[in-house]
Amino acid sequence: MTTFTDEQLDRYARHILLTEMDLDGQEKLANSKVLIIGAGGLGSPAALYLAGAGIGTIGIVDNDTVDLSNIHRQIAHFTKDVNVSKVESAAEKMQAINPDVEIITYKDFVTSENIVEIIRGYDFVLDGTDNFSAKFLINDACVMENIPYSHGGILRFTGQAMTVIPGKSACFRCVFREPPPPNLIPTCLETGVLGPVVGILGTIQATETLKHLTGVGEVLANQLLSFEAKGMDFRKVRVKKDKNCPLCGEHPVIKTLVDSEQPLCELKA
Amino acid sequence: MKIKVNGEEQAVEGSSISIAQLLKLNEVENPGMVTVQLDGEFVDKDNYEATQVKENNEVEFLYYMGGGSV
Repeated sequence: MTTFTDEQLDRYARHILLTEMDLDGQEKLANSKVLIIGAGGLGSPAALYLAGAGIGTIGIVDNDTVDLSNIHRQIAHFTKDVNVSKVESAAEKMQAINPDVEIITYKDFVTSENIVEIIRGYDFVLDGTDNFSAKFLINDACVMENIPYSHGGILRFTGQAMTVIPGKSACFRCVFREPPPPNLIPTCLETGVLGPVVGILGTIQATETLKHLTGVGEVLANQLLSFEAKGMDFRKVRVKKDKNCPLCGEHPVIKTLVDSEQPLCELKA
Repeated sequence: MKIKVNGEEQAVEGSSISIAQLLKLNEVENPGMVTVQLDGEFVDKDNYEATQVKENNEVEFLYYMGGGSV
């Protein structure tokens, strides 16, 4: 059981005031471990909010360094951070927001070789990656390791999110069987992206994380949320666990982790 | 006949239409950009020609979205 200091009670007062959260919910957050994969457009707002929320331990994974063209949307990184490692830059801001949080940085990209070792022991994973190779890898590893996670994807003015509870709800492969044909889906690099649109999605993912950890409300399990910022239209589509899913169906054929050959955003500026 | 595509009612000539034709009708540039659900069931890409959409069916074209971090 966590005993909060007066300062912590003050820090988390507006959480604790929520009847659904209460001290009990705040305590659950303090005892939780969350892993954020990707310290970019989605991972940035998620990392800041989750640090502020008082998650006990937050791991953050990224092998990139900050580029000037990142900063219009990747709000954990400041102009002074150009050329600094994204995980170090993000960790600095997270720690400044909340010194209570233990932050573990992984200066690496997830691969089929390292992902299990990285995600093991975390209660929840937030996928803030930018390519389908990583997205399918994260899905497969989380389902195999039985770790719930939040999917998020962005394209131009649109975004989508789904929360996967392994064994209970549809996984990414139940909905999207396999990575799309190479070079078919345009990248943020090629098409551009409106800064706050990734912020909307990253904060939706952070909200899903807090809901899952505290049991407040219902997460986007078996539901694919999509939104389009030009008309500001939000829509949820019911999806379901597919018995023919190659990963979590009745006769799974995917039993080992693989790296797909074609990352979505393979081009670097 | 009337069907629903991505939550919106759509009038289509005839009494059935294949998923492949419906994708074209809805100007989905390339079928590889989406995954398709017919009345909540995933439709395998190999079956887009053979699968017929009928009156009152609900079809969802779910787009792949991969961007995020770069």
